[in-house]
Amino acid sequence: MTYDFFFNLTGSYVWADIIQSLLPLFIFILPFALFAVWLERKVSAHMQDRLGPMRVGKHGWLQTVADIIKLIQKEDIVAENNDKPLFNLAPVLVFVGTYAAFAAIPFSSAYIGSNIDLGVFFIVAVSSFVVAGILMAGWSSNNKYSLLGAMRSAAQIISYEIPTVLVIITIVMITGTLNLGTLSEMQTGHFWNWMIFGGPTFGLTKILLIPFMILAFGIIYTSTLAEVNRTPFDIPEAESELVSGYHTEYSGMKFAMFFLAEYANMFAVSAIVAALFFGGYQSPVGYLGNLFNIPWLVPVEQLFWFTAKGLFFVFVQMWLRWTLPRLRVDQLMQVCWKYLIPLAFVNLIVVGLLTLL
Amino acid sequence: MSIYDLTFYLFAAITVISAFFVVTTRNIVYSAYYLLFTFFGVAGIYVLLGADFIAVVQLVVYVGGILILLLFGVMLTNKITNVQIKTGTVKLVPAVVGVALLAGVLGASLLNTNWKTISSEVPFSTTHSLGLLLMQQYAVVFELLGILLLIALIGAASMARK
Repeated sequence: MTYDFFFNLTGSYVWADIIQSLLPLFIFILPFALFAVWLERKVSAHMQDRLGPMRVGKHGWLQTVADIIKLIQKEDIVAENNDKPLFNLAPVLVFVGTYAAFAAIPFSSAYIGSNIDLGVFFIVAVSSFVVAGILMAGWSSNNKYSLLGAMRSAAQIISYEIPTVLVIITIVMITGTLNLGTLSEMQTGHFWNWMIFGGPTFGLTKILLIPFMILAFGIIYTSTLAEVNRTPFDIPEAESELVSGYHTEYSGMKFAMFFLAEYANMFAVSAIVAALFFGGYQSPVGYLGNLFNIPWLVPVEQLFWFTAKGLFFVFVQMWLRWTLPRLRVDQLMQVCWKYLIPLAFVNLIVVGLLTLL
Repeated sequence: MSIYDLTFYLFAAITVISAFFVVTTRNIVYSAYYLLFTFFGVAGIYVLLGADFIAVVQLVVYVGGILILLLFGVMLTNKITNVQIKTGTVKLVPAVVGVALLAGVLGASLLNTNWKTISSEVPFSTTHSLGLLLMQQYAVVFELLGILLLIALIGAASMARK
């Protein structure tokens, strides 16, 4: 719908495409990252019984803006022995991989960057660019902390991709679609139609599915947490052992790009979890727009609900970060290969049998 | 020239140029990263051909799997980046014969194939029909391939234990 609007506005497919594809960046990711960094600092501060940023703006809400201005002004340091082409390309590659995922995320029924049928599968595929970018950053920095951090990060991301994909397959098996837009449309109505409550069709299967859906949600939330390198899985940048992991050598805007990619990624995985289990952009209770018969209000409300769900899961990520200690490397792999993957497999088989009922 | 043609030439150029650098560059890590762009270009061409599922699988398998494994291998190997890769000419005659034969076969197949040209239409998703084909008509082949991969996996694991 937004696409048609831009097409009518500019009269050219090319311009409509470009505007459509830039929308999430300027309307969403940049303001979100500014807000999320501030929120993270506030959440951590309040959990540790201190105030956090207070000076710039009321309760420090302009702090990240000030930080960004500082980062833009900083000198871009490239050390003598860095591999310059790869060193400069790595932040771009990481950000591209993250941003590409936003193409398939359904923000509202009026705006899905590209409503492709492969939806979730596409998001899983493009996230591999992030792994390549992280390895590139670690290797080109020519620094052992960077390299170790990059290796850990890559190993962790590809290991935890397996339980994620297994849970996605579980959902796809029930709904029969990979398209996140269609998936959200299916969970319309009220919150008991959400996948976490067994999906939209009523019956015995729906009730039997609920515990397995909750288990599936637990698995995917844990593994996406590991995929975005958040505590308790933040061993790639474990400050106490690796300085700062793969972006140790980066400064200025390049560091800011890694930071932006990290926060964008946090929202992306939260959005996927919301779209798979919590009805995507659907409201849990119904729309004001339908009540008062204002058609244009419905997509706006959907955008609100989607953002609210995404932000809630981002908040849970922060909450966990400041609650749990960090795992060890061997424990990390054990959690994935010995617990999450077998659980996800059993869950997949049980849900498969249940859907045959 | 339409935007479609432009996109095609863009992806074709990415594929060919990066493939050229994969074989000519002397740094093995650079080679691996040029390969990333080759895979990306090929995936783009798949999308233009309307093969969306294959394009995404191409990214998952080659970029997410093989390339990362390759990079891991390179980075875990001690001082591999300092080794100079020899790119001289050895055994000129057999090489020329081999390349000429391959070029002949490729050229002949290019010229003699009866290319099907269909006027462009709105691409539709191939996932559904592909899934049905794999699970019905080619179910046995599909399962056999799975077993083959499993055997390779077990073999690799048992070799790694020694």
